[in-house]
Amino acid sequence: MTNPKGRFGIHGGQYMPETLMNAVIELEEAYNRFKDDADFKRELNELFNDYAGRPSRLYYAKKMTEDLGGAKIYLKREDLNHTGAHKINNVLGQALLAKKMGKTRLIAETGAGQHGVATATAAALMGMECVVFMGEEDTKRQALNVYRMRLLGAEVIPVKTGTATLKDAVSEATREWTKRISDTHYCLGSVMGPHPFPTIVRDFQAVISSEIKSQLMEKEGRLPDAVLACVGGGSNAIGSFYHFIEDKNVRLIGCEAAGRGVDTPETAATIATGREGIFHGMKSYFCQDEFGQIAPVYSISAGLDYPGIGPEHAYLHDIGRAEYVPVTDEEAVRAFEYLAKTEGIIPAIESAHAVAYARQIAPSMGKDKIIVITLSGRGDKDCAAIARYRGEDLSE
Amino acid sequence: MSNIHKAFENGKAFIPFITCGDPDLETTKNCVLEMVRAGADLIELGIPFSDPTAEGPVIQEANERALKGGVTTDKVFDLVKELRSKTDIPMVFMTYANVVFSYGQDKFLSACKEMGIDGIILPDLPYEEKEEFLPDCHKYGVDLISLIAPTSENRIAMIAKEAEGFLYIVSSLGVTGTRSEITTDLDSIIRVVRENTDIPCAIGFGISTPEQAAKMAAISDGAIVGSAIIKLIAQGKDGAPERVFEYVQSMKNAL
Repeated sequence: MTNPKGRFGIHGGQYMPETLMNAVIELEEAYNRFKDDADFKRELNELFNDYAGRPSRLYYAKKMTEDLGGAKIYLKREDLNHTGAHKINNVLGQALLAKKMGKTRLIAETGAGQHGVATATAAALMGMECVVFMGEEDTKRQALNVYRMRLLGAEVIPVKTGTATLKDAVSEATREWTKRISDTHYCLGSVMGPHPFPTIVRDFQAVISSEIKSQLMEKEGRLPDAVLACVGGGSNAIGSFYHFIEDKNVRLIGCEAAGRGVDTPETAATIATGREGIFHGMKSYFCQDEFGQIAPVYSISAGLDYPGIGPEHAYLHDIGRAEYVPVTDEEAVRAFEYLAKTEGIIPAIESAHAVAYARQIAPSMGKDKIIVITLSGRGDKDCAAIARYRGEDLSE
Repeated sequence: MSNIHKAFENGKAFIPFITCGDPDLETTKNCVLEMVRAGADLIELGIPFSDPTAEGPVIQEANERALKGGVTTDKVFDLVKELRSKTDIPMVFMTYANVVFSYGQDKFLSACKEMGIDGIILPDLPYEEKEEFLPDCHKYGVDLISLIAPTSENRIAMIAKEAEGFLYIVSSLGVTGTRSEITTDLDSIIRVVRENTDIPCAIGFGISTPEQAAKMAAISDGAIVGSAIIKLIAQGKDGAPERVFEYVQSMKNAL
């Protein structure tokens, strides 16, 4: 009787209010109808290429490689996508699907604001209404993105409940969806939530690893030795890992936000500090107390400041196929500054977590090894917050 | 079989909800005892959760107040044991899947049996996932209460056929909270329910006035009220039990 669909090992599932069950079932049916549809694929591909600017570049980071003195480093430049992050891949897919389903309104949660901006962008492009829920704390950390969303025609609703961050934005978007379903699609921004979202979002993000594979084959004639990506919910990471999962010699490394350290309560490193739970529609690992109350997590990065992780990552961790490592605020900020000075690329503070871990492992790897780091987004949005972290107050 | 059926033997059932530990467990205890005295038929005890995604602002804030006050699952269990020494009214827990899962299904439900909890309501546990908790519910004779929503449509029969205890009919789209009017075609939902089960059904979400309660109970077996009661408690713990008594009495009388 248990529905085995949407399970990754024991993780995943559909732990949703009854009010939304027909909505997620309708979404699954629509997705199954359109995912292999030639017209849908052609339209999405056109949007990817002509609108979002795909394929994104795979850039050989020569100076960084020489400076670290070990493995050869490539950067997968999702930061060069339209709207400045990998989020647009998923959003264009979901918005197109929602349009085919006859929906006229998109709602979304956002942490750093990148998914909100991407959703507002797709809504503008496709002539849909858009409402974005964002933790009030994050609207302050990411004021520029709030302005961008409003400029694009979206309504931004600051969420004041709980910790006023990403998890509360997800909860509030879910509540909004239960109020208004018939014309509304919840454009969930990561590989999380109830089935079918973890699968749909992964499939739309898998273009990242598909491109890495063919681009690296062209440049080096072989697979990489390791692929690194930052993990909050885990959409850019699963996108970067997906087509390498069967290539067992490729190390897959997800970099979690350790905040002020995994031995402090101010952390968002789910695999390092969480345990099995059921929340936001899925069974996975969550930071929580002994009674199952979800922890008020913390990271300097609004996009990784989430107490859970997508169910497929939880599974990849369980079977030992992917490694998940914690990276602190301080390490991420140093990597943010390092990449700016070394390669002239300002990464999103989220992506800087992956850069930071690459700096740790590259020197001890041989020069014949290859690391690919996914730069999930660009860092313009973070400049004011990093300046503040360094004790400098930027105001215009 | 649990004692839930007894709640529906005294005319239409009035089912009040309360968040345990809002603002403290002493207030909860006194309010529950007043609900019983005022004629409530079944008590829905909320175990607070940090992120109650099915709740509107009123109950969200109650959850927050309770957790800030230091309430834990174990402390709620102590409260229930104390209540059980004073009343045999049917009682059910309403909480979120993670609260039970994290405690351990077997440990949680065996504790329910021991302290005399008749059922549990988990709003984030749909039909598709109920196997997660059902075996332990059956093992300890605790009913797993199912919900039916205005959007359930083709799912109503499937849910009703396997329902136990009572069926919780969600009156409206959205989250919990008082509403000025309820526009869902509940008659046709309940018609399908009746065709598929003999289990009683009660309507909740959005009910606050005696008139609404009477209207909802007329087409079902009872009315469930949460946010309106939480608001009375939020006015201040002094006099909360008295306000709750008066309110519950007026609601029960209206049914």
